[in-house]
Amino acid sequence: MTETASREGLPTPTRPAAPPGSGLFRRVRNHGVSLAIGVLLLFNLLFTPNFATVGNLRLQLVQVVPIAIVALGMALVVATEGIDLSVGSVMAVAAAIIPLYLGYGPWLAVAVGLVAGAVVGALNGSLVAFCGVQPIIATLGVLVAGRAAALVLADGRLVEIFDPTLQTLGNGSVLGVPVTLVILAVLATLVVVTVRWSVVGRRLVAIGGNRAAARLAGLPVRRTLLTVYVLSGVLAALAGVLNTARLGASDPSFVGLLIELSAITAVVVGGTPLSGGRIRVIGTLLGALLMQLIAATVIQHDLPDSLARMIQAGIIVVAVYVQRDRGGA
Amino acid sequence: MTLHVEAVSKQFLGVLALDRVDLVLRPGRVHALVGENGAGKSTLIKVMTGVHRPDRGRITYRGEVVGFGAPRDAQAVGISTIYQELNLVAAMSVARNLFLGREPLNRLRLIDFAAMHREAQAVLSRYGVAVDVRRPLGEFSTGVQQMVAIARAVSTRARVVIMDEPTSSLEPREVDRLAQVIDLLRADEVAVLFVTHKLDEVFRLGQDVTVLRDGRRVFSGEVADTDRLRLVATMLGRPVDDVSAHGLTSFGDGGGAGPGDDGVAVLRADDLSRRGALSHVSVDVRPGEVVGLAGLLGSGRSETVRALFGAEPVDSGTILVGGEPTGRRWSPARAIAGGVGLVSEDRKVEGIVGDLSVRDNLVLAALPRLARGGFVSRRRCDALVDTFVRRLRIKMTGPDQPVRELSGGNQQKVLLARMLCLNPKVLLLDEPTRGIDVGAKAEIQALIDELAGAGLGVVLISSELEELVEGATRVFVLRDGAVVGSLGGDAISEHRIMTTIAAAAREEAASD
Repeated sequence: MTETASREGLPTPTRPAAPPGSGLFRRVRNHGVSLAIGVLLLFNLLFTPNFATVGNLRLQLVQVVPIAIVALGMALVVATEGIDLSVGSVMAVAAAIIPLYLGYGPWLAVAVGLVAGAVVGALNGSLVAFCGVQPIIATLGVLVAGRAAALVLADGRLVEIFDPTLQTLGNGSVLGVPVTLVILAVLATLVVVTVRWSVVGRRLVAIGGNRAAARLAGLPVRRTLLTVYVLSGVLAALAGVLNTARLGASDPSFVGLLIELSAITAVVVGGTPLSGGRIRVIGTLLGALLMQLIAATVIQHDLPDSLARMIQAGIIVVAVYVQRDRGGA
Repeated sequence: MTLHVEAVSKQFLGVLALDRVDLVLRPGRVHALVGENGAGKSTLIKVMTGVHRPDRGRITYRGEVVGFGAPRDAQAVGISTIYQELNLVAAMSVARNLFLGREPLNRLRLIDFAAMHREAQAVLSRYGVAVDVRRPLGEFSTGVQQMVAIARAVSTRARVVIMDEPTSSLEPREVDRLAQVIDLLRADEVAVLFVTHKLDEVFRLGQDVTVLRDGRRVFSGEVADTDRLRLVATMLGRPVDDVSAHGLTSFGDGGGAGPGDDGVAVLRADDLSRRGALSHVSVDVRPGEVVGLAGLLGSGRSETVRALFGAEPVDSGTILVGGEPTGRRWSPARAIAGGVGLVSEDRKVEGIVGDLSVRDNLVLAALPRLARGGFVSRRRCDALVDTFVRRLRIKMTGPDQPVRELSGGNQQKVLLARMLCLNPKVLLLDEPTRGIDVGAKAEIQALIDELAGAGLGVVLISSELEELVEGATRVFVLRDGAVVGSLGGDAISEHRIMTTIAAAAREEAASD
């Protein structure tokens, strides 16, 4: 046994030397998203007619916005070792609220929608932080209840919306850049600044990394968790509002359906581990873009929409598998 | 002999967990296995029960050399283990737990509940447990659950029963019942291995005793021939006579500046009690004083400082900070706000946030003080980190290095800095020098001295008696969650601390 002494001079019976190719494996693991996006782009440029047009690329970016906004909130939650399955239902609630309050003006309707998202987020956060319910169970309950509430609010119907302000919000441009994309850029910047330099941002990462240590360091663990779920709720509600504005219709039955899968996949593929303690904001955006490209590729090749879901589901399993031994040593 | 462990060694990642350990279990006798944290008790049990394979040495069971591949192999030949965490199913009935995996079946190959309930009742009544065996196990006390675990282990025709700290969660009355069960086992010629860290249990229940320390067997013999003081001394790794030379630690003489006699306690606990952990503990620390807490593993030292810090609740008693009683909602956050700091004994589990950088770990508790309008000032953050890295001589490649890559000693310094940068009035240090290299250890000892000299109150827990003797101005000795003695000034010596621990055990045993 002593002949296999490592550089500390200690035998290492359970840690074999790095197998050949592990460098490549690590590179794929760390830059997998960029690589996958590159491959998909290349594939589409070669095989998809009319892919490389300004109009199409613009459409891809506009369509990624709801997933990306939801994923930003999801990344914050996942960094605390939590998860928020209710995001799609929160989108539906916000969408259902818009036509109800549109009579008081578009901005008030938007504000009420966002407040509703904060309330649902606070419900999630309270269940997790104060009642000790597991995040996956708490938000699963809210997922079901939230969608039901949205359908009750909207009487189960699709409502068309004609409002110039919302029209501009959803489809307008500033200097040629879609408004929704500008909003996403601002939000992403805010989230980056928050996690790097705000007190709450540093705290949420520490809580995800080691909750017991955070508590003994005097951190307000419960208040921080509550804040994080509220943020996720508000961001999801905003995604619901923007979606409604873009489509010119409030459709609580279908808006945000299964978006939790895309958002969680985007977060995990982007390098934020489900075990918390780390957050990658840019990676999350890239992850969202990857989800969008997969969906677009499938649709533009006339393959069934459900195939995109299956690929996404496969990717999340692979991503979690690849991440399993990152984290601590 | 039933089971004979001969010169067994076991290594984990280069660390020798067991070093040529011998152990003999004889039929009808109880063998007590004692030792402090990390002595190798759990590893030894795991080697004996097939969880781990020994690297060297051999195990003989009833005359044959055995090599268990898995725990079920050991179980199959009659070696039963009752772990600290009970491996029972709380939602199932008592009877089903008792017969799990070997339920009596009827002619249709279904579980014969009537027979099972009848037998379960009969088996348990033998152990003095009278409960409705059809009720879910989770409804009953830990004591009853422990009895079910033991009954289950024993009813599988065990020849060896290994109990890993079976009394740690039991009430005194339940311990009495356990003693009766052990008598029954002895009458059946079963060999019992009993892991404990309570001295009186060694003397009350054991016939043989083995002490492990740092993976080695440091003592073995018959209980009847063993002196209590000697047992305490071997567990703590100290000579019985206080012959140790001064200067083993980096503490100065007496430690700290010493308090003024009229000094008001900066932190004080009055009559703290918590069921099963603390009973009427009163301790206090004045500015400039290093107060030591001595005792064996499980004596309530950590529980005391954790209660003082608000990290664990108490059932009764009061905590005073600077003479002011704290409210009922005492918590780590409030303790820190009130000038109390804690460095926990478990660096990895509740100290460092491994993935975060040295900088983030160091400033974790100080974030609000470094922030304006909710955002942390980079400049102030770096200045603070720089100050403490220099002052404590933290060795790292840079403040962005993940803290988990640092050595244990440097991690400990980061955790000390996390509390020191808050300018606390009292620091509670739970085993601050355990598991770190000699150099860092000396530096931390010197730092404690310096801090006390500057007027900080320090509560120091250490299993190394020389640290308490040379570092502390006063020492409280704890045992089974109670303060059993306090020493001050010249009365603090290794011998006095050990006799206090041993004497307390003797009084307790005499009053039984």
